[in-house]
Amino acid sequence: MRRATLVPYLFVTPAMVLLLAFGVLPIGVAAVVSTTDMNISGLANWSNVEFIGVGNYVALAADPDFWRALGNTGLFVVVGVPAIVILSLAVALLLERSGGRLARALRSFYFVPAVTGIVAISLVWGYLYNTQFGLFNYLLSLVGIEQVQWLSDPWLAKFSVALVAIWRGTGLNIIIFLAALQGIPREYREAAALDGAGEWRTTRSIVLPLLGFAIFFVTVTTTIAWLQFFDEPFVLTDGGPLGATTSMSIFLYKEGFRLNQFGYASAGSLVLFAIIAIITVVQLRLRRRDVDY
Amino acid sequence: MSTTDALPRRRIRPPEVRRRRAISLSIGLVLLVGALSTAFPLAWMVAGSFKPQREAIDFPPTLLPQEPTLANYLRLFTELDFGRYLGNTVIIVLIGGFGLLFMAMAGYGFAKFRFRGKGALFFLVLATLMIPVQVTMIPTYLILNGMKLTNTLLGVALPTLVSGFGVFLFRQFMSTIPDEVLEAARVDGAGEVRTFFQIVLPMSKPILAVQAVLAFITGWNSFLWPLIIASDQKLYTLSVGLSLLNQQLAVDPALQMAAASVMVVPVLLVFVVFQRYVVQGFALSGLK
Repeated sequence: MRRATLVPYLFVTPAMVLLLAFGVLPIGVAAVVSTTDMNISGLANWSNVEFIGVGNYVALAADPDFWRALGNTGLFVVVGVPAIVILSLAVALLLERSGGRLARALRSFYFVPAVTGIVAISLVWGYLYNTQFGLFNYLLSLVGIEQVQWLSDPWLAKFSVALVAIWRGTGLNIIIFLAALQGIPREYREAAALDGAGEWRTTRSIVLPLLGFAIFFVTVTTTIAWLQFFDEPFVLTDGGPLGATTSMSIFLYKEGFRLNQFGYASAGSLVLFAIIAIITVVQLRLRRRDVDY
Repeated sequence: MSTTDALPRRRIRPPEVRRRRAISLSIGLVLLVGALSTAFPLAWMVAGSFKPQREAIDFPPTLLPQEPTLANYLRLFTELDFGRYLGNTVIIVLIGGFGLLFMAMAGYGFAKFRFRGKGALFFLVLATLMIPVQVTMIPTYLILNGMKLTNTLLGVALPTLVSGFGVFLFRQFMSTIPDEVLEAARVDGAGEVRTFFQIVLPMSKPILAVQAVLAFITGWNSFLWPLIIASDQKLYTLSVGLSLLNQQLAVDPALQMAAASVMVVPVLLVFVVFQRYVVQGFALSGLK
């Protein structure tokens, strides 16, 4: 460790300037802009911007679109978080159990969706979902089910876009679970086996509790990701049909960049931020009450 | 132990072994089916990209192209402007290289120096991890607009150039470099810059590799900032060009699959070659 004069500042300055400009400063700007009626004319000339206090927040509370976006986001969280956590945990456990060369070869297949670009992937899924010539409807037509409206039925569309996100979201979490599984000492499982515990019993009573932190971590990050859900519905349905897949993030994007209501959208983004923060803190609290191993 | 003991044991074992074999086999089968269905959309994409336009909307769909063609790829780069989009994407990725350098420098500064305000600055680095992009989206646009950087590739790259998590990882890794090594370099008369480039960076190769691969993937795939910042078609990246293709040409899936392949296949290659680093990087993100 060195005490030095200007040197350390020279090393940290470029990164700090960028982090401050695009990570910290925007929070302040958002807070200020959210109390104004800033829109496209305000962008051209600041004198067109007026202070309206909590006006945007009051308007949000009365905006049915906002509430629907919030409701959709809630549904995505409730469906998506358990789906991703359970699926990736199950695959990780099976991969670990299988262990051999086969598992090592198959692992990559599960990881691959995580590195693919969402826009490209949404096009591929849109093609699969296509009502007239999509593969899914062809396969269903073989068993006598006709013309499923994957992306234009308001209810089904929610699940169709969520499925793409689940497909893309499991890879990263499988890796995290596999890393955590490697951290469990062999002796624990051997001891359980010596005591006569079967595989299923060992997994349930020894392995899962020891994975407690990883499961908790994946649950928290997955929840945050679903609260920010944007890419899949944006490309696949543009939030439609009739707003059925409009998440909070899509609502904010449309208000901000299609309708140029910068003040209004900033207020909404701070509300979303507050929701994310509260849910995360609640999860942390619940965790603390749990037993630690 | 006498052999008489072993005999009854051997008689008990076979059904047990067979049961375990059966379980292993069915687990292997489940994993195989899961792996194939996970990878299927990507195979479907590549297959579709070689189908003529009419075949791609055939019902029932063909599994493999009956008359494989490169026409879709040709159209992307002749009729459409995908050559330019590809170039822009490469530029974004290259600018990302500077971000990597900045993060390594900051990580070194935080790991190996004591200075006034260090604690507060590092707290800010970690604080940026908690702020969702939806909150920074509009203000960042306004800030870039104020800097006259909207509608430039630099403006597209800047918001995500440096990540707090990257700085954090560099710091963690560089803390493990022994101080004696740095002292020795200084005693030998190396300046601070030279110490950094010739001692610290080479010793940080493992973390550099992980971060470089991750930076490539995020830069290549980035969508939101190009979408918001680049309004001029000349500045579109692959992802933005692709999303337009979705809106404009809804009935030409073969062309869409070709465009999607142009975007996905390079990342797949990088993933296959550098899988170790990608996996390490993702596992590290579990430490956040």
